[in-house]
Amino acid sequence: MTPQSQFMVVARVTLGRERSLRELLETMNSKPGMADPANAVLPFGQFERLHFARLAVLDDPTVGDIEAHGVPRPSLPVYLAFIGSCDGPANECIKDLAQRAETGLRRIFMHCDGFDAQGDLVAWVQAHQRPLAANYINWVGRSVRQVKEESALRRALAAKVPRVSLASAAQAQQLRRALIDFVDAEVSAGRLGLTPPDPTPLRWQIAKLLHLVAIPLVGLILLPLLIILAPFLIFTLRAKERSDAEIFPPPDRAVLLELQHLEDHDVSNQYTAIGSLKPGSFRRWLATVLLVLIDYTARHIFTRGFLARVQTIHFAFWAFLDDKRRLVFTSNYDGGHEAYMDDFINKVAWGLNLAFSHGVGWPRTRWLVARGARIENRFKHFQRRHQLPTQVWYKAYPGLTLADLKRNQRIREGLERASVTDAQAQAWLRLL
Amino acid sequence: MNAIPSQGRSVKLDDVQGLVRFGYKHLTEASFLLLRVKDPAAARAWLARAPVTSAVKTDPPPETALQVAVTSEGLRALEVAPDLCAEFSAEFVAGMASDAARARRLGDVGASDPGKWLWGAGERVPHVAVLLYARAGQLAAWEQEIETQCAAGFVRIERLSTSDMRGVEPFGFADGISQPEVDWERTRPVRDRDQLEYNNVSCLGEFLLGYPNEYGLYTPRPLMVPQRDPDALLPSAEDAPDQADLGRNGCYLVLRQLRQDVQGFWRELDRQAEGDADLRERLAAAMVGRTKPGEPLAAPSGESVAGGASTPRSKLNDFTYQADPRGVRCPLGAHIRRTNPRNADLPPGGRGLLSRLWRMLGFDAAALEQDLVASTRFHRLLRRGRGFGAGVATALSATESSSGADTGLHFICLAANIKRQFEFVQSAWLIGSKFAGLTESDPLLGHRLPDPGDSPTDGFSIPQADGPDRRLTGLPQFVTVLGGAYFFLPGIRALRYLATAR
Repeated sequence: MTPQSQFMVVARVTLGRERSLRELLETMNSKPGMADPANAVLPFGQFERLHFARLAVLDDPTVGDIEAHGVPRPSLPVYLAFIGSCDGPANECIKDLAQRAETGLRRIFMHCDGFDAQGDLVAWVQAHQRPLAANYINWVGRSVRQVKEESALRRALAAKVPRVSLASAAQAQQLRRALIDFVDAEVSAGRLGLTPPDPTPLRWQIAKLLHLVAIPLVGLILLPLLIILAPFLIFTLRAKERSDAEIFPPPDRAVLLELQHLEDHDVSNQYTAIGSLKPGSFRRWLATVLLVLIDYTARHIFTRGFLARVQTIHFAFWAFLDDKRRLVFTSNYDGGHEAYMDDFINKVAWGLNLAFSHGVGWPRTRWLVARGARIENRFKHFQRRHQLPTQVWYKAYPGLTLADLKRNQRIREGLERASVTDAQAQAWLRLL
Repeated sequence: MNAIPSQGRSVKLDDVQGLVRFGYKHLTEASFLLLRVKDPAAARAWLARAPVTSAVKTDPPPETALQVAVTSEGLRALEVAPDLCAEFSAEFVAGMASDAARARRLGDVGASDPGKWLWGAGERVPHVAVLLYARAGQLAAWEQEIETQCAAGFVRIERLSTSDMRGVEPFGFADGISQPEVDWERTRPVRDRDQLEYNNVSCLGEFLLGYPNEYGLYTPRPLMVPQRDPDALLPSAEDAPDQADLGRNGCYLVLRQLRQDVQGFWRELDRQAEGDADLRERLAAAMVGRTKPGEPLAAPSGESVAGGASTPRSKLNDFTYQADPRGVRCPLGAHIRRTNPRNADLPPGGRGLLSRLWRMLGFDAAALEQDLVASTRFHRLLRRGRGFGAGVATALSATESSSGADTGLHFICLAANIKRQFEFVQSAWLIGSKFAGLTESDPLLGHRLPDPGDSPTDGFSIPQADGPDRRLTGLPQFVTVLGGAYFFLPGIRALRYLATAR
């Protein structure tokens, strides 16, 4: 099994170069915001381990919100973020990109501070990689190759399967065997591929195991301290929840239109958002701890197609910027923006509150999980206002949602199983 | 927001336009006049005294009825203060045909592109819609009278005629069965709590502005300091008593003129059924989710849905899909299953705290399977449409002559939140090709254009109990949008205010 990883490379955009950068990014698209997989700058489609990628100019229009906390408006730079989700270690993917698309990446990063046109590109890019505070992968181990092969498998089987009522359960078994023979023949003829998974890297397994144990251990060690501090922490939390400013003006119409202009060109969409953390060490620590916990659950628990009740997020991550003064969140999700947000509110508002209520202006929470995102209108305004246009977005498997990927995966599993019961054979046929 | 409204404070029905409460089925004749403002002062003068019918029940019921709705362009043309106009919802302010992104979301592409509409785009965006209803034989005179009154202030850009199809839509199916029951008495508690069962009763605030919605919140709408309403025409806001509420007792009205290709529909089904008349009917019923008389394919499970059956006809509305998770009885993609999936906030399971927590965290695999579509109660529509043209009978008898006479539906729905109700249902559940894990759009309304990656959306899957889905492929487009607009159907006092305020 090949584990997936994500990376974010962040570099300051040189003053006066932003416009030229935006123009360059524009040339990479075939539709608004949708990367041409074969574009001349960064031909994403050639990188067979790349699931998703994006380039976004992080120009945060909400930096002034922090004045509501009595903190002067900071002067924060405009960044270019280069973000990817890939099979295998992020470092290898970055290296591969930097080597095979060197010219294009140089053209992009030329617009950034401190870029050395003659220097070592790989080293520069890796030096600008930022750690991710929490990292979510819908299905750990599902590679791009697997997605594509299984999609082709399903198409072939769906076209082949006779759509008739079956006389008996035994007939389902027969039909399944006939389809297995068909697939075997297609594979032999090279028309279908069903590559067995690579062995799971030992290093990754060990690191995961250590992480699995280490975080609870640290928690255990800190527990006595936490118990002693609990009354104080709870008091502080409730006091802040009662007094923190809420900032939720409706997003500007032109800005909203620009975001929508980039959406719904595929069955999936991208989301990039940025915001400032509420000032003070309490929120800073709380956000850090909660993101460690979110990362922990995403790494060890939510690895099989769902993040609590949400089954429509392919990849997502949270990352701090500017010495933890700001937080970036990105995701790749199925469906339209409105459905995504309604899903969030109706299914996991508590989770949103845990993850985001430390941001300046978030709708008021109660006990860290209640209210907040459930205040529909405030939340919807807040999230749109913090969203940034993603100038270039790439998805390796257009037209496919996670529901498709999961079904295709089950089709293959059912195909490769040595023997099945009559009922299983019927259930398998229904997947086609 | 935190102000708890006094429970059950009664609704001033004389301030609500009647259409919110009634479908006016006894008024079998109707026409919808789409107007543009010619002379703002004269237009306002008419609106100030227009004989609008209220939601008060009268005995006998009225012989005629008149309703007035305004678009955001209309508000501007009437010279309503721009800052007030801007406080309406973003969708209303922008309008239905505002931009390509919205068209993409709503499926208004290809043959339904707003550029091809008869009305509703560019210079043909109506300012005001006057909906006229009358008893048989009385419409012409009523319409004449109103047109005369309007002539000084408005020009008519379109007259949408309707025909009485006796509760059957043009394809031949009983229509208007599934309707939410509106909580006029305000007995539903105002709180934000997960509902574990599907319930057909909706909070008043889902349809009328100025009342708590299903989240227990007041939908944003234009509020103002009382000084801007010197004659105290407007009611005060329940959640902000020091403000005058322009939205209260009003709602948004979505109007779309949908042409239905009745011949094309039945000819295609005939082709799919290879001439087998019985199969043709069954396939059509599978696409709709009901038989022609309206019997739901998902048989009543026995247990009753709250607010489900108050009249014999709404017996047909008293069911859920809980006993049919795979769609063997009623296909997952059937039209009425898409428009109203009839599910609760949590997928089915135990009521215990632990069981709920387990499902909330996504650990119940069986529940997750059914959780791709959830929380129907936030996406309900109150439908008030009327058919136009000959309907099914004539269209079918003219099968081979291809006279092409237009028939279809003037789709009307009312909602307090255009985006979360109409636009959501239209885009995520109907036009969206990935509803409930399928790859096909609504069998009746789909535009049939392929998805990115070239997967076709023109199929229809009919799950079978014992084998692979039966699949219809290559369905043509049956429904084309001819026009549409987002209106505000103001409370009657708000209408008078709009007629005076500048």
